[in-house]
Amino acid sequence: MTEVADSARPKLPRGVRLTHNEAQGGWLLLAPERVFKADTVAVEILKRCTGEASIAAIVDDLAKAFTGAPRERIHADVLKLIGGLAEKKLLELA
Amino acid sequence: MTTNGVSIPAPLGLLAELTHRCPLGCPYCSNPLVLDKRDDELEVATWARVFKEASALGVLQVHLSGGEPAARRDLVEIVKSARDAGLYSNLITSAVGLTRQTLRTLADVGLDHVQISIQDSDEASADHIAGYKGAFARKRALAMEVVKLGLPLTINMVVHRANIARIPAMVELSLSLGASRVEIAHVQYYGWALQNRAALMPTREQVDKAVAEVEGLRETLRGRIVIDAVVPDYYARFPKPCVGGWGRRSLNVTPAGKVLPCHAAEVIPDLEFWNVREHSLGEIWRSSPAFMAFRGSDWMQEPCRSCALKDKDFGGCRCQAFLLVGNARAADPVCHLSPHHPVVQHLASVHRDQPYLYRHS
Repeated sequence: MTEVADSARPKLPRGVRLTHNEAQGGWLLLAPERVFKADTVAVEILKRCTGEASIAAIVDDLAKAFTGAPRERIHADVLKLIGGLAEKKLLELA
Repeated sequence: MTTNGVSIPAPLGLLAELTHRCPLGCPYCSNPLVLDKRDDELEVATWARVFKEASALGVLQVHLSGGEPAARRDLVEIVKSARDAGLYSNLITSAVGLTRQTLRTLADVGLDHVQISIQDSDEASADHIAGYKGAFARKRALAMEVVKLGLPLTINMVVHRANIARIPAMVELSLSLGASRVEIAHVQYYGWALQNRAALMPTREQVDKAVAEVEGLRETLRGRIVIDAVVPDYYARFPKPCVGGWGRRSLNVTPAGKVLPCHAAEVIPDLEFWNVREHSLGEIWRSSPAFMAFRGSDWMQEPCRSCALKDKDFGGCRCQAFLLVGNARAADPVCHLSPHHPVVQHLASVHRDQPYLYRHS
């Protein structure tokens, strides 16, 4: 898995889009000739991958929105998802 | 949703064959031997309607293919209508006949992704396979333009006996062009490829080496380029889950508007295909006889009927079962459990160094 620094600013590259489709039952990540189902956690993270917010800022924001979850847990989830997607070229790390 | 007790899922992808015209003559082309004529091609307004209907059915991605889609003067309007319908648009092109200016306009109207075919890493061999002198140079130039415009690029390399030894060089070429993804696609024997099977078929040794090379490259290039592979199924023991199952995930609209469950489906006799000129795409997906023919598993025969994998590989490819066994309900003979599997093993051992039969429009 790709190492991700807390200062990295993840962004969906051109050709990767997060979309909602009723007939397909929810949120999906569309990529070159591939489609991935995005679960609730992934959607919350991906919506924040604007290229402006750093990983640290995204984790802070999520910790504010979901007060039940400990920050470390959120941090680990974010790194895992973003590292995995970056390796598949589904996210850019600026 | 169900029709006659068979559940009908929402399709994910639409293969839109905009035209069968193509400047190249690749001997592995999967287009049918009898090509749709230019005069019969669907007009933009019909494609726009089809895209809207596809989107409403749940289709997410449209693959604009052919033939060479750029042979259509109205390609920009077609791409724009796909985007207006909310679809992810993927242009599958030979890059020959697609100008830089058109490419820039396509990027402006929202094209999402470009796939360019390259026939070999060796220029002379690539032009020979394509049957078009100068094709390789044009492809390289356009690929660089795609990347310059910020569009994601896939390079598609169809692999067969003449180029299978150069897979590492072909992946290296894709990387150097700035592709984010490369497809190493072993020839699938339908259409023109079936006519050229003995000239294209690699040997067992070549295939084993190629599979190992692709696995090694995936490891060493992890994070730099995505490598997807289409397996050499004549050498496989289990069949591919063809098109993700008949009438389950995708549909294919021919240049003249016929809707097929897969691009080769017209080889199966007695299937009744409906046309978007006469029916909505939703009606066709739900009820056309061709789509209903092999949905679910009631049509299956042994060894598929009682097989634990029948919901995983769906018995393999219906077209291949018909082409090699003469029975579209039989197990795909690629499966080692098929009594006809020795036929496939024999065909994989037939290699003839003979001139290609090039496709002609």
